[in-house]
Amino acid sequence: MKIDFVLNEEKVSVEVEHSNRLLDVLRDDLHQISVKEGCGEGECGSCSVLMNGKLVNSCLIAIASVDGCHILTLEGYRKTKRFEAIRKGFEVSGSVQCGFCTPGFVLAAEALLSENPDPSALEVMKGIEGNLCRCTGYQMIVAGILEAKEIGKGLW
Amino acid sequence: MSKISESIKRYDFEDKIQGKAIYTPDFHPEGMIFAKTFRSKVSRAKILSLQLPPLPKGYFIVDHHDIPAKNIVPVVFEDQPVFAVDEVNYIGEPILLVVGPEKRVILEIMNNISIEYQIIQPILSIEEAETCSAPFIFNNKPYFVDYEYHKGNFDDSVRRAKRVISDEFKTGYQEQAYLETQSMVATYDGHTVCVQGSMQCPYYIVEALKVALGWNESRIRVIQMPTGGAFGGKEEFPSIPGVHAALAAIKSKRPVKLVYDRQEDIQCSSKRHPSIISIKSYLDENDEIIARDIDVKLDGGAYAGLSSVVLQRSIFAAAGCYNIENLFVRGTAYATNNVVSGAFRGFGGPQAFYAIEMHMENIAKQLKKDPIELRRKYFVKQGDTSSTQGTFHDPIVLDLIANEVIAMSDFKSKRLRFESEKLKGIGCSIFYHGCGFTGAGEAELIKPSVRIKKEKSEIEIFISSTEIGQGVLTTMRKIVSSTLEIPIDHVHHNYPDSRDCPDSGPTVASRTVLIVGRLLQDCAIEMKKRWNEESFEIIQSYVYPSHLRWDNQIFKGNAYPDYSWGANVVEVEINADTYEIDVKGIWAVYDIGIPIDDKIVKGQIEGGIVQGLGYAMMEVLESKKGKLSQDTFTTYIIPSSLDIPPIYSKLVKNPSTIGPFGARGLGEIPLVGVAPALACAVQQAIGTNITKIPITPEDIMKGVQL
Repeated sequence: MKIDFVLNEEKVSVEVEHSNRLLDVLRDDLHQISVKEGCGEGECGSCSVLMNGKLVNSCLIAIASVDGCHILTLEGYRKTKRFEAIRKGFEVSGSVQCGFCTPGFVLAAEALLSENPDPSALEVMKGIEGNLCRCTGYQMIVAGILEAKEIGKGLW
Repeated sequence: MSKISESIKRYDFEDKIQGKAIYTPDFHPEGMIFAKTFRSKVSRAKILSLQLPPLPKGYFIVDHHDIPAKNIVPVVFEDQPVFAVDEVNYIGEPILLVVGPEKRVILEIMNNISIEYQIIQPILSIEEAETCSAPFIFNNKPYFVDYEYHKGNFDDSVRRAKRVISDEFKTGYQEQAYLETQSMVATYDGHTVCVQGSMQCPYYIVEALKVALGWNESRIRVIQMPTGGAFGGKEEFPSIPGVHAALAAIKSKRPVKLVYDRQEDIQCSSKRHPSIISIKSYLDENDEIIARDIDVKLDGGAYAGLSSVVLQRSIFAAAGCYNIENLFVRGTAYATNNVVSGAFRGFGGPQAFYAIEMHMENIAKQLKKDPIELRRKYFVKQGDTSSTQGTFHDPIVLDLIANEVIAMSDFKSKRLRFESEKLKGIGCSIFYHGCGFTGAGEAELIKPSVRIKKEKSEIEIFISSTEIGQGVLTTMRKIVSSTLEIPIDHVHHNYPDSRDCPDSGPTVASRTVLIVGRLLQDCAIEMKKRWNEESFEIIQSYVYPSHLRWDNQIFKGNAYPDYSWGANVVEVEINADTYEIDVKGIWAVYDIGIPIDDKIVKGQIEGGIVQGLGYAMMEVLESKKGKLSQDTFTTYIIPSSLDIPPIYSKLVKNPSTIGPFGARGLGEIPLVGVAPALACAVQQAIGTNITKIPITPEDIMKGVQL
């Protein structure tokens, strides 16, 4: 079936099976390599994207339900000023190690900050609970998001 | 603070934060097709027959018939086949690959393969292996290796003893749970096969390809791709998917991608060894510990893999940080029809330190002594001999480490207070991690080399050490640029490619900064002397330090070239309704020498502690009839951001005499001491001894004394 949606502010149209996962369409058909598969069952958040501004696991989304939606991946988000703030926050806080979970955490941070521009450390921990990281132990990611909120004050 | 410790921006940061880093699953060479592994669903059987469905055009089966030379995965022993031939020994053992352009068609073919087994009685635990009779899995015995070593006069001390305190502990499996599953892409141009993938040890895969293909090394190329976590799980295991992908590329003459799904990855990749460890301490009339008897049993799974080496580290570590004059230590790595156990951060250390530290805690409890002060009495010092009778040549600052962790955590007053406060507890652990290969392994087995090249004002590093998130692309540049005293941006370093990087050894054993970093520093010192020359290169190989000794037959001498040391304190409160453990804080002090980059070091510490926390109380992984019961991230629970207590860490600065800029190994030690400190805290909180990890609410419910 043909599915039309907006990917990173651009209209796209794909001809796919209706039950295909959004994750596979993004990776295989639309070359969004920042969207990673970690578990395939919605537990790890490596495949996080923003769907109409909400954080979703793209491995759990059937492509049919994406028709007419806005999807944002890191490929689109990295062009924004908000991304620059998160990038700087993550850099100074040492939030990145192996990097496989990083795109998901960046988008989780965006979803959190757009909902709550001034979160506490505890609120950040709650905001990223759907994203697993095996390298950092999370504290340096939480610090990165808290740093980003200061750097990007007024952007959210 | 040393200048080198000041953090800089990681060189792999930009690609990763922008999502531009191309990991193996993101890599699509022109004409690429896919492979999937068909695996054993039974834990032990003869294969009587195997029927394949008709294959559509463009689809291939790859199995043991396609191996031109030896059907062997070379690790330590030559017992593990690349593909099963006529028998299988564990659930998940690879039998063949289905290869072709469409994943859906591959799955259809897999579903239509029929296989007839003749089941053989499997051996499914250490206990079963101890009592089993033939047919054995490995040669004519129930184990891969058994070792023992001695110190002092054990028998005399036992006769003198007035009191014996003994314990037995069990530890479970642990899954590395790197976020990127095992992934390989192989290409073949008619002459050379190239394997690119997620890995820790490119030269292990080179060796595996040489053995399976029988080819000269000039026809083999291995390149590391950005790797989404490893933790030991990408040490020896990737040789299997690496060789599989290569065989598929050679047969199909197309690039082939082999990426495991999560369930497959958990079911069939290597795990931390489950263990049963018994320790008996013999005390004299003054309650002095005069001798110790230690017995370590590991479940090695179906093939020998690295079990022998893990067992060695385990039996050395089981003596702890203590100078007990008389020791009798044994260890056995049993063969079972479980998944193959292998490398995992800590490498036999976490099991051993869990046991010895719980045992020290229990002795303190019986003697009514402060748990840290009892330990302190026996701390090893510079000039003492280790459990294997090697002299500790360098200063050991365990006293300082203990004092720091006591002060930071307010251990003593909390310990006293929680004696009368129900369901609250605080516990400690003291531990080390031997850095580098066991004994003389660096010189005799690994023989690492490094190469650096100068081209006008630009320097390039060529080593086989991999970037697995631990920061090697940054730390090695720092070591070289600081030695040369040149701006770091003139130093270049990329992911390793066996074509131009010499074998500097595997990225394991907390050895990369200590051993490879030191070799690079030596190269840079030499280069600096010849700085006026426009272009040249320097190759440096490891030389065994002349002050060290090791006899691998009787395990006597310096077990490791260097040691890192640490102490942890964990405070807990048990939920009275759910029996869940609420971790209030973790305090950690280490001597890792001089940090090469403070932020990278902090990342290793916090990540290792959280992985240790998972090992201690969350990551239940059980084999039921040879099948792992928790094989998804829904059932195998690793810590999330909501499971993380405050972590307070501190370094004491005691420079290494071997490592570059005084640095020691760091990667593994943060995981090693968490479980015993946490279990000691739980023990105080509930008043019952904890004898296994992970500690579940069910265990606490059974043990709790309200």
